[in-house]
Amino acid sequence: MERTIALDAVRDVAVEVLSVEPGQVTEQARFKEDLEADSLDLVELVMGLEEKFDIQVPEDELDGVTTVGHAVDLVLAKVG
Amino acid sequence: MAPSADATTDRRGRIRVAVTGMGIKAPAGLTIDDYWTRLASGVSCGAPIRRWDASAMPVGIGCEVPEFDISTYVAPKEARRLDRVAQLGFAAAADALADAGELGADPARCAVVAGVGIGGLQTLEDQDQTLVAKGPLRVSPFTVPMMMANATPALVSLQFGWNGPNLAIATACAASTNAIGEAAALIRHGDADVVMGMGAEACMTPLAIAAFSRMTALSTRVDDPEHASRPFDVDRDGFVMGEGAGALLLERWDRAVARGAHIYAELVGYGRNADAFHITAPSPGGEGAAACMQLALDDAGLEPGAIGHINAHGTSTPLNDAAEAIAITKVFGGHSPVITSTKGVTGHMIGAAGAAEAVAAILAITRGEVPPTANLDQIDPAIALDVVHGEPRPLDPAPALSNSFGFGGHNASLVFVPTA
Repeated sequence: MERTIALDAVRDVAVEVLSVEPGQVTEQARFKEDLEADSLDLVELVMGLEEKFDIQVPEDELDGVTTVGHAVDLVLAKVG
Repeated sequence: MAPSADATTDRRGRIRVAVTGMGIKAPAGLTIDDYWTRLASGVSCGAPIRRWDASAMPVGIGCEVPEFDISTYVAPKEARRLDRVAQLGFAAAADALADAGELGADPARCAVVAGVGIGGLQTLEDQDQTLVAKGPLRVSPFTVPMMMANATPALVSLQFGWNGPNLAIATACAASTNAIGEAAALIRHGDADVVMGMGAEACMTPLAIAAFSRMTALSTRVDDPEHASRPFDVDRDGFVMGEGAGALLLERWDRAVARGAHIYAELVGYGRNADAFHITAPSPGGEGAAACMQLALDDAGLEPGAIGHINAHGTSTPLNDAAEAIAITKVFGGHSPVITSTKGVTGHMIGAAGAAEAVAAILAITRGEVPPTANLDQIDPAIALDVVHGEPRPLDPAPALSNSFGFGGHNASLVFVPTA
């Protein structure tokens, strides 16, 4: 999967779950500081990604996923 | 009877309680004026349920709150995390706060007591379906904060920044009458200066409709929903499900006077007790309800003859209306105050009913007329009460009593006095 396609998909989920503007969802955007996501938001965001890409993301793999770019990395690693 | 206007305590030395703000999100209206206009019209809100497909339900009718824009009250992201019950409740509370004007109160002295009969039932039903269809990993992390009964008062405190006592009261159909009474108690006892006494409910869901229907509590007049809710009428056959929220901003009398607030009324009496008889049926002869009304009158220091108006619980079920009528007759004897049941118009808002009806009772005594009981074409001959029907009835200023009786045998009554 191309990185831009994964980013677009992550952006779609973030816009819906976090009620942010698409332009805010850049690779560098930090979930907590820039997108005002709390821990429950992140659980819902990951659920959205799991659903969208038909993947499973165990809790322990979320450590260190603090930016949109990290989430794209995670999705690409899972989808291959 | 009433202490002088500038007295800070009542005849028992308790701090007096002023009503300085009101908010409503009801099937009959989203503003106080629209609500009052619809109540005065006597036209019921009963209609086929529109928000979801109820065609498979044995009873697919209800009184729904009209659509309103929640984003004018909370941010869109916040709104997604709220069940309908908290959305309705918060909107009513925010309206009441705005109505009260600038409070200038210490947040630590501001409290919330909210009556919620059931809670976020739609969320529970949705997430249970997700659990069954997609498994536990697809259940929303917001399930618990959306479905818990205390979500509504919690939201009010979060949004207002109020740090005082914050409580949810779950006494079914009596919940918000209890909530307003306990809110007043916080002020009377000096535990808070400002309290949002309120109620919210949004259980017009498939499970609740099916369940209340199985209890045979709901009117089966499904082909004529506008005439299904008919309290005290000889042909009543059950209640019509409603939903919504109501809120009273209660305030220490002295601070309300000092800041020049508009005081709608004084909350002077509160009674509450339990039937200890049956989980759903009222006690024989309306004994529990009668005792409750008497407690409220005693608390207010008023004789029955001083009460000019009663907003009855009047659900439109055969048993409840008969028991309440006997109870009122027991307390008031041959002198029946001017009575109405606004549930004819609004349906039964369950945990929100008491707050919506407290608003209606206050409007009746401050605007000087009692709205008619919708669909009361022929009063049950066993009911010897003066129940308003057809047109609104003019009313001289007088104290009003508002009753709520809930499954579980919970009884609650409030007494309000109009401000001169």
